Amino acid sequence: MTTTPIGATALLDVRDLRKVYSGGSRSVEAVRNLTFSIAPGELVCIVGPSGAGKTTLLRCVAGLLNSTAGEVVLDGEKVTGPPRGMAVVFQEYGRSLFPWMTVRQNVELPLKEKKVPKAERRRLVEQALEAVGLADVHNAHPWQLSGGMQQRVAIARAVAYEPHILLMDEPFAAVDAQTRADLEDLVRTLWRRLGVTVLFVTHDIDESVYLGQRVIVLSNSPTVVLEEVAVDLPDDRDQLTTRSLPRFAELRAHVYELIQRAKRGDRPAG
Amino acid sequence: MRDPGRGLRILLLPALPVLLVATWWLTTADSTNFFWPPLEQILRTFGETWFTGRFTADVLPSLARLLVGYLVAVALGVGLGTEIGSWRTLRALVEPVLEFFRAIPAPVLVPILMLFAGIGNEMKVLVIVSGCVWPVLLNTVEGVRALDEVLRDTARCYRLRPRSRLVHLVLRGASPQIAAGARQALSIGIILMVISEMFAASNGVGFTIIQFQRSFAIPQMWTGIIMLGLIGVVLSVIFRAVESRALSWYTGLRMSQRTKG
Repeated sequence: MTTTPIGATALLDVRDLRKVYSGGSRSVEAVRNLTFSIAPGELVCIVGPSGAGKTTLLRCVAGLLNSTAGEVVLDGEKVTGPPRGMAVVFQEYGRSLFPWMTVRQNVELPLKEKKVPKAERRRLVEQALEAVGLADVHNAHPWQLSGGMQQRVAIARAVAYEPHILLMDEPFAAVDAQTRADLEDLVRTLWRRLGVTVLFVTHDIDESVYLGQRVIVLSNSPTVVLEEVAVDLPDDRDQLTTRSLPRFAELRAHVYELIQRAKRGDRPAG
Repeated sequence: MRDPGRGLRILLLPALPVLLVATWWLTTADSTNFFWPPLEQILRTFGETWFTGRFTADVLPSLARLLVGYLVAVALGVGLGTEIGSWRTLRALVEPVLEFFRAIPAPVLVPILMLFAGIGNEMKVLVIVSGCVWPVLLNTVEGVRALDEVLRDTARCYRLRPRSRLVHLVLRGASPQIAAGARQALSIGIILMVISEMFAASNGVGFTIIQFQRSFAIPQMWTGIIMLGLIGVVLSVIFRAVESRALSWYTGLRMSQRTKG
């Protein structure tokens, strides 16, 4: 079971987040007001129509982008830059790995920066690569691997880093459907085994329901939270049985409906 | 793509040089023209001209000045280029000025540099630096500026320290462009090495060629030109060897991108 311990405060708190891009005379309000929180150990998916400011939100949470108003609090500390103990997996796997380094060096670099001792580093790298099913390509360069394998390397790098929170920005949007299913299961497995908190951004409705304990549906831009959907599916999920559960279909239909409403420009009352 | 096979390619590699030398040899074989002596005569003079003291007295000093000037230029170009490439405001400020300086041919600086750097080694090294620095500098700026956004974000997320960021992200990422600049700089450096010795010098390959020409030692003058050609070939072979080692990842990356379409 992965329920939140009673009395635990939120690990991640997003309060009244607002982001306005201002370029010259024109300014675009990408995010109007986002408030939600994530408890330690939760796996939360954020889904929204395209152009809903999902990436803007994730970049604000990651400390890569300054918000216009509101705040992001991680572990009780206000995020002003990329915080300690956070790992990010980007959509563009081919561009987030250092092409001049081998797979092993890619996974090891953040650990070196954290000043993890050599023996420990070795152990973490091996474990992480083993966990993502890449135990035999340590010395390959990322560009020698397929897209799915490259994204596995990025996931291994994040896992080896032992983050408190793992942010994933549409990580499987650019891989083929079969690889995608494998990687989804990999994320579930790693999450359950490591107890890491995961914030998973996607535009794929099925994926959000299959992966998450909770799905936060965003409105269209300027973005607010349209609804939070609790996913009451069993914790043991697999592609075949989970996806054929009646409850899965109901949740999927519900989120689908929400996204359609979001596209039409529906916004929560008030 | 047609690939005649590695063995055949290696065989074909010297084909053109051999053809050119043969043509030179045959067309000048019966030459009585004072300025176009037979190649045979030039080659016979080559050994005695260069390997009876001139190699250490002229070739090595030339190469030493070239090496010092070139290395200073690369260090300067990469150092300044990294700074300029990293700061947008700085870039906007200095880029027009850089273009202006780059447009000035370095040889015209020789008379000016002679005025305050004298006619010694310092002046010659300075001339080489002032010509070689631009391609390295401008290519480094371009390489640093064009670093991948996602890679930069990755480095920030994993909190790379400034030093590791410089070594593992910025310099490695810009290294293909830096190498392109350094390659251009090398050929410019050889030209300037010769030119700087033509104005005022007491030794060097350029100086020696001018001396031969002034004393109408025409075959010897030709050997000097061949010597320069050989120096150029050897340096470029060394450069390629270093480059292909340092940039093997880049070659592999490009090939994989091409095959994946």
